[in-house]
Amino acid sequence: MSDGPVLNIDLEHQQGAFRLAVSLRLQGGLTAFYGRSGSGKTSLINLIAGLERPDVGTISLGEQVLYDSARRINIAPEKRQIGYVFQDGRLFPHLDVAANLTYARRFITTELSPDRFAQIVELLGISALLGRRPATLSGGEKQRVAIGRALLSEPQLLLMDEPLASLDAARKAEILPFIENLRDQLKTPILYVSHAMEEVVRLADSLVLIDDGRIIAHGSVEQTLSRLDLRPLTGRYEAGAVLQVEVCAHDHAYQLSTLRFAGQQLVVPAVDLPIGSGLRVRIRARDVSLSTSKPVNTSVLNVFAATVMEIAPDEGPHCEVLLNIGAPLIARITRKSAAELGLAIGKKVYASVKAAAIDRHNLGLRGSPVNHS
Amino acid sequence: MQVFSLTAYEIEAIQLSLQVAGLALLGCLPLGLVAAWVLARCDFFGKSLLNGIVHLPLVVPPVVIGYLLLVSFGKQGLLGHWLWESFGISLAFNWKGAAVAAAVMAFPLMVRSIRLSLEAVDGGLEQAARTLGASPAWVFVTVTLPLILPGILTGTILAFARSLGEFGATITFVANIPGETQTLPLALFSLTQAPDGDAGAARLVVISVGIALAALIASEALARRINRQLGNHV
Repeated sequence: MSDGPVLNIDLEHQQGAFRLAVSLRLQGGLTAFYGRSGSGKTSLINLIAGLERPDVGTISLGEQVLYDSARRINIAPEKRQIGYVFQDGRLFPHLDVAANLTYARRFITTELSPDRFAQIVELLGISALLGRRPATLSGGEKQRVAIGRALLSEPQLLLMDEPLASLDAARKAEILPFIENLRDQLKTPILYVSHAMEEVVRLADSLVLIDDGRIIAHGSVEQTLSRLDLRPLTGRYEAGAVLQVEVCAHDHAYQLSTLRFAGQQLVVPAVDLPIGSGLRVRIRARDVSLSTSKPVNTSVLNVFAATVMEIAPDEGPHCEVLLNIGAPLIARITRKSAAELGLAIGKKVYASVKAAAIDRHNLGLRGSPVNHS
Repeated sequence: MQVFSLTAYEIEAIQLSLQVAGLALLGCLPLGLVAAWVLARCDFFGKSLLNGIVHLPLVVPPVVIGYLLLVSFGKQGLLGHWLWESFGISLAFNWKGAAVAAAVMAFPLMVRSIRLSLEAVDGGLEQAARTLGASPAWVFVTVTLPLILPGILTGTILAFARSLGEFGATITFVANIPGETQTLPLALFSLTQAPDGDAGAARLVVISVGIALAALIASEALARRINRQLGNHV
């Protein structure tokens, strides 16, 4: 997708008592900025968009320098060619949907082909809304139009600031596939700000963890989420290891699918995808149980031989255990169980994962795998 | 049917009033937009003073404004002298002077309502327009201006009504000259001073009320249309 980094950021920015100090090199694909609210995610993308101005530093997109405090370069937001989808949509209330979508037309230098308009409208499923006023749209429809409007400004980079945060679960489920489509079909790199881990797992190629104005970690979603030391930030309850898998068989009688990864197989409730499709699965740590001998006569369909790599107790009754099953897997068990099983680093155990624990929310469609070196 | 046709005196007063109010609006609108923008969006030393000066005509007796205009824009006044010498424009005792008096008195009403609607515009929409490629000037034309139209309309109607009704500053600045500075309220005043002017005064009262009501009804209809355009529910 790209030869060098798409986006280079080195900056410091003071905002009242809050200090943002960031150094980042981002590739193409979809990068998620994850962190709790107030961690500086939105400030960071506002700085990239040019809506705020850093105190010192540089920002460059591809070959173009957007900001350089030393050389006194500060490209105006309208000249940065960066699309921005705001959390609250921000559609122009005095224009209908079609006019909102084509708002950027008069400002872009390249001629917008009718095909492009049709393609975006089709991709986002908004052709029926073109004559409507923003005030008459649902939250989900507004966000789809806002995404379309940003894309039709032909951006070199698309920023999305928690585009789903103001929507209920049903509306989220309605929009997620559209974002997956645009990640896979358009070449535009996307920065996606979120504090919902399930969106990150489902959408992101790489993950930037931000806390208190600093970058804590940056890497592929799989690597970053299997690091036990980041658990306090990635969320103990919701998080778990993420596996890159491929659909290898369907069992129509029992409505199950078999997924393959690293020489292992994982059985899950049927996924409606052709054999060979790439997929990402999150296995929540709390859905993994451990035993020292191979469980027999069990309802659990997935049992993996595992080696204990790391044990991280928390302040409470639990501890997290990082396992190697050919790929990283995390189990969340009580400290009591860990003691009784005599868990120690290097010990061989069996990890059980209930197929029923893996639902639609834990599956992410994968486009072409992105290399993280 | 004599009752329903206007006398020459009345037609003259009505025409003059509309002319004066029209010119006053023409001056008020662009200047009011600029002043409202500065007061709503800019932060600078002396902003409170500017705000005070703009609003002065609302709080001091109109005669004071009229007197200040007379002193500064009269033939002997500093500004009046300069206008006459440089451009050959005189405002003393003619209808243009009446328009200036009306404009000054109406100005704070115009500024106030435009400023309020400017402050109500969601800055986020303007930011969104910037990220879509619009320069600040384009953002103003394509986003801000359409969104503050209701405020501009309200301001215009208020200013128009204020201009039509202007009395104190006008009579002090440009006196009460029939056909030149005698607008409706001044004509009405003259009639109330005349021994047998009651009937004529009553007719002017009806005419004044009629014009004001027509303007209000027209603005209401226009406002409803604009709000529909903006997608606001009224």
